[in-house]
Amino acid sequence: MSYRRRKGARIRPYTFTGGRTRSRHPLMVQTLVSVADAGATPPTNLLPESQNIYRMCRETRSVAEIAAELKIPMGVTQVLLSDLADQGHVYIHPTITGHSPSENQVLERALRGLERLFQ
Amino acid sequence: MDSNVSSNNSPGSTSLVSTKIVIAGGFGAGKTTLVSSVSEIPPVSTEAVMTEASREHDDTTVTPDKVTTTVAMDFGRLTLDQELIMYMFGTPGQARFWFMWDDIVRGAVGAVIVVDSRRLADSFDAVDYFEKHQTIPYVVALNKFDGELGYTIEQVREALEIGPGVPIIDFDARDRRSSGGVLTCLLEYALSRPKSGELVG
Repeated sequence: MSYRRRKGARIRPYTFTGGRTRSRHPLMVQTLVSVADAGATPPTNLLPESQNIYRMCRETRSVAEIAAELKIPMGVTQVLLSDLADQGHVYIHPTITGHSPSENQVLERALRGLERLFQ
Repeated sequence: MDSNVSSNNSPGSTSLVSTKIVIAGGFGAGKTTLVSSVSEIPPVSTEAVMTEASREHDDTTVTPDKVTTTVAMDFGRLTLDQELIMYMFGTPGQARFWFMWDDIVRGAVGAVIVVDSRRLADSFDAVDYFEKHQTIPYVVALNKFDGELGYTIEQVREALEIGPGVPIIDFDARDRRSSGGVLTCLLEYALSRPKSGELVG
């Protein structure tokens, strides 16, 4: 089944990433990214895929939303975003995991938000 | 230390932060229904590609950490306040996609295991996974398909070997408030657990 699927693919996804499969930045599926200047046009030296990602990041989006909207596999999206961040094009927002006591305040905000929504 | 990608003098929208919870459970237990009930966007299905080097076969049971494959992954979103967004990620229910779980679970605030009380055995794998990964708090949500449960909550705890402190609640995945209540329960539980302060880089 997966063999048939692979035969149909025009370009192997990791061609975009120069074969790299890991990103250097802490990009999880829920991590938000945005461009610094919402009015800016994507630099023309970027890959078309990266230009599309850049355009989407004019509004703050998660890695998963970008991958889903542009139909780019998650792992590839992570690598391309990591490159964009390296080049200073996109900002990677903090992700709250709740694993450190210092994040409790944010978790409490999350709880209050849920209570408001589902009262 | 904070991650070196965050900057202190960034303007406006850069104060947005995100967090994630995982919706786990057996195939057909009601995970996607739960996400649909509470999400502010229609649940999105995206393809997650595993990032390990290529492997010609789809059989992941022998070497679960060495594989490239594509699996659909569902998620939804909730804006909890002006600067805080929570994503809900459903895990693939089929056993052969278990290797994906680490990627989805990594960095999650907590997990909900949705259980179809008519098919308790389908939840064994999910409970097993979260009992082993003690760093992620989880709650068990019994989906009332016909408006009633076949077992008492304590019977379910015993049958699934769920730890004594783990909340087990019944709910209706089709109902927005009922599903939202499950998420609230998870956050309350996550906050009540002592933090070990681990993961210090």
